[in-house]
Amino acid sequence: MSLIGAKVLRKEDPNLITGQGQYVDDLQPAGCAFMAMVRSTEPHARIVAIDTSAAKAIDGVLAVWTHADIAALPARPSSLPGMDMPLITGDVARFVGDIVAVVVAADRYTAADAAEAIIVDYESLPAVASLSQALAPDAPMIHPVLQGNTVFFQDYTEDLSAEFAAAPRTASLSLVNNRCAPAPIEPNVVLADWGPAGLTVWAAFQAPHHLRNTIAAFFGISQDTTRVIAPDVGGGFGAKINFASEIFLAAALSRALGRPVKYTQTRSECMVAMFHGRAQEHKVDVAFDDSGKILALKVQVTQDQGAYPDATGMGLPVLTTAMSAGCYKIPKVAVSWRNVVTNTTPVAAYRGAGRPEASYMIERVIDLIADETGVDPIEVRKTNFIPADGFPYQTHSPLAVYDSGNFAGALDELLRHADYPALKAEQAARLADPRAKLLGIGFASWLEIAGFGPPGSLEAFGHLASWESAQVRVQPDGSAIIYTGASPHGQGTVTTFAQIAADQLGIDFDRISVRHGDTAVIPQGIGTMGSRAVAVGGEGVKTASTRVFERAKKIAAHLLEATEDDIVVENEEFHVRGTPSKSVPWSQVAWKSFQPLELPAGMEPGSLDATVFQQVPNFSFPSGAYCCVVEIDRETGDVDIRNMYLVDDCGTVINPMLVEGQVHGGVAQGIAQALYEHMQYDESGVPRTATLMDYLVPAAPDLPGYVSGRTVTLNPSNTLGAKGVGESGSVGAPPAVINAVVDALSHLGVKHIDMPATPQKIWSILRGSK
Amino acid sequence: MSTIETHTTRVTVTVNGREVSEEVEPRTLLVHFLREQARLTGTHVGCDTSNCGACTVLIDDEAAKSCTVLAVQANGHKVTTVEGVGNGSGGFSPVQEGFRQEHGLQCGYCTPGMIMACTALLAEDPQPDEHQIREALEGNLCRCTGYETIVRAVQWAATNGGAGEWA
Repeated sequence: MSLIGAKVLRKEDPNLITGQGQYVDDLQPAGCAFMAMVRSTEPHARIVAIDTSAAKAIDGVLAVWTHADIAALPARPSSLPGMDMPLITGDVARFVGDIVAVVVAADRYTAADAAEAIIVDYESLPAVASLSQALAPDAPMIHPVLQGNTVFFQDYTEDLSAEFAAAPRTASLSLVNNRCAPAPIEPNVVLADWGPAGLTVWAAFQAPHHLRNTIAAFFGISQDTTRVIAPDVGGGFGAKINFASEIFLAAALSRALGRPVKYTQTRSECMVAMFHGRAQEHKVDVAFDDSGKILALKVQVTQDQGAYPDATGMGLPVLTTAMSAGCYKIPKVAVSWRNVVTNTTPVAAYRGAGRPEASYMIERVIDLIADETGVDPIEVRKTNFIPADGFPYQTHSPLAVYDSGNFAGALDELLRHADYPALKAEQAARLADPRAKLLGIGFASWLEIAGFGPPGSLEAFGHLASWESAQVRVQPDGSAIIYTGASPHGQGTVTTFAQIAADQLGIDFDRISVRHGDTAVIPQGIGTMGSRAVAVGGEGVKTASTRVFERAKKIAAHLLEATEDDIVVENEEFHVRGTPSKSVPWSQVAWKSFQPLELPAGMEPGSLDATVFQQVPNFSFPSGAYCCVVEIDRETGDVDIRNMYLVDDCGTVINPMLVEGQVHGGVAQGIAQALYEHMQYDESGVPRTATLMDYLVPAAPDLPGYVSGRTVTLNPSNTLGAKGVGESGSVGAPPAVINAVVDALSHLGVKHIDMPATPQKIWSILRGSK
Repeated sequence: MSTIETHTTRVTVTVNGREVSEEVEPRTLLVHFLREQARLTGTHVGCDTSNCGACTVLIDDEAAKSCTVLAVQANGHKVTTVEGVGNGSGGFSPVQEGFRQEHGLQCGYCTPGMIMACTALLAEDPQPDEHQIREALEGNLCRCTGYETIVRAVQWAATNGGAGEWA
């Protein structure tokens, strides 16, 4: 019986539900010292003096470092030349959170005391706290090399003025994609132990090999004596692919002190130091006809990079550009983008990374067209969809060749769950009753680019390659260990990969272990991001398992004196097809696979071991259709999501329970962006939301229940047919929610409301209408 | 230059039925006492403003955030952590089993605090409805699940043994 598609309970859980998980902060080797940071409290300032004397005098303080102590080290990896982020900043602090000094002490509390005791004398410099400030004429500059604050500018790929001039109708929209803090519940944590035999770094990280290779290059040491271990990781959401300066500082200080050094971010630090996500602004122009058919689309993307541009962050608008047309056949698309620095926390990948921004933009455009033409939003979508037989579909972007999908099918499936006519009737009835809450119905037909990726795709973001590694090793007792380079942080990879391997090998799921996250043990890997683990890493497990199984069949055929083609496996027994009595158990095949005397001629011992570096020819394109129904209190402006209908197409489902979990989690973060979360700065660049008191990560009462449906189109780029699902919800939910909020207020002439749609914003609109 | 005063005081807490007695600084938080002195690392720290609830334990059978309690305040009291609610030999409490059955966890970092908050909820109200479950968990943040599966986990536990028993 196949385990693909089966609801199998997770192998990960027994440890995690009993407190036996092992996160980096749980590790406490002998002699472990603790690192703490002094971070800039100024958005932009010259550092005049740092007085470390009081800190150094505290008992138990082992080291106090400022920029001079790391001047010989390179800048934070993934910085841009001339705009480097030093591990400890030098003369100038460029955002609140920039590291100014580092202390190490024998215990956690003393380290905090010492950090408090350091006195920094700042001379404030004019700061740019927002994109508009950064782009204003004569704006203060952050990096002199730029001659302004724009790091990169890409002009429109095409001139569409003729199309716009000829179009029956045009409309424009300005959108802010609000800056979000990834906020995994486990912040950045690192433990570095640099001993005579080499350097071991335990880090809460999504791509341990990527980090290992980078650390080795950073210190100019050999990769073979550099080991990175990502044990249990408490959520990442893209933010734990970034090379946090703290990781390199912990290693440097461990080398200097000759003892292990541990660092755990406080939440308040995490809010300003862990790189943020989104922070894009869009100016959109669309040309269309009276039926709602889109004729041309022009998008200008402005990406806030924060104080130091990061290589991944620089790529976000590229992904937004690639996905700007969404699920729609749009004859002409032109996108222009620019990356701009501000005196704020750097911006890089956060769940969806560039794609939620695109989906939000195009789905808001669709509803705007509906509003302008009076054509129902469902019809506008159907009018413009790429048809189900239209794949492969070359978009305006060379990066994006959509491989599969059925957008109309997903929307139809959605409408089977959400009774649209009934909702419309309810909406009208409520509108007529001034005491009733307003009802809003919002749709999003979304699509994203995932499954990173074809050769060259991750290389562009600084990774070694775009494949993923998988090793399958059968043990002498017939159990198997799978090693994967796709180190997880909550996805359930240990379970799904064991399901895939069990199917191919004919070995019980319970006798398959999956190992990850240790560069000393796992073949060179890439990591978990961009919804790639199953679509690339899982396919690798399948390929390696198939190779091992073919070899096992050879051995079984030899032992049974049969031909290989006649060998089948059932209940961990190999037997000759049609002759179940003639059989040999997997355990014996495995045992004998190590014994030269038992093997067929030409077969080496230990051959039930295969390593694959799985390549895929294209990205994958998960898609779906969501419907959000909101109720809005006319007195308070409070938004309550009453229903959330979710139809996902992630191709083949390996484990429906885990797919549902990924969708729910992504949708929760999408709703959070739409209604609650906004990393805000005041005009001078001081963060206003730097704790969980001020930054609203939603809790259980803030989020709705979900109704889930599914359509399936297979991913043609792998034999599993799986597309990936990690980011889906975060791509689809924000436009569905905001479309619903705007729909609820459209009788007041509201055409758009920026995220997050807080009660304050809505109350102001409702109040203004009275 | 003055150095920080570092006198210590003895704190004795019954943790999961076992007496733990350590000399600690008076400012030591209970969560650090549990993690670093008792070496029970299931209880996690996720924030510094008592919003996230990853550090939730039971003090005298009532849910408390151990990052907002000093170890000295727990002196002489009974503390139960996630390590103390199963049967200790691989058997799970109903709440733990509910989380496993209903996929109430992904990365697992908030899970120990969630399990303790849910355990306290079921001890007080063995049959909460969905609304009551969500309200009771308001002080515990999960960034992975979107909470629906956590609600289901509590409902599973409510029909399969409730809060369970602990030392």
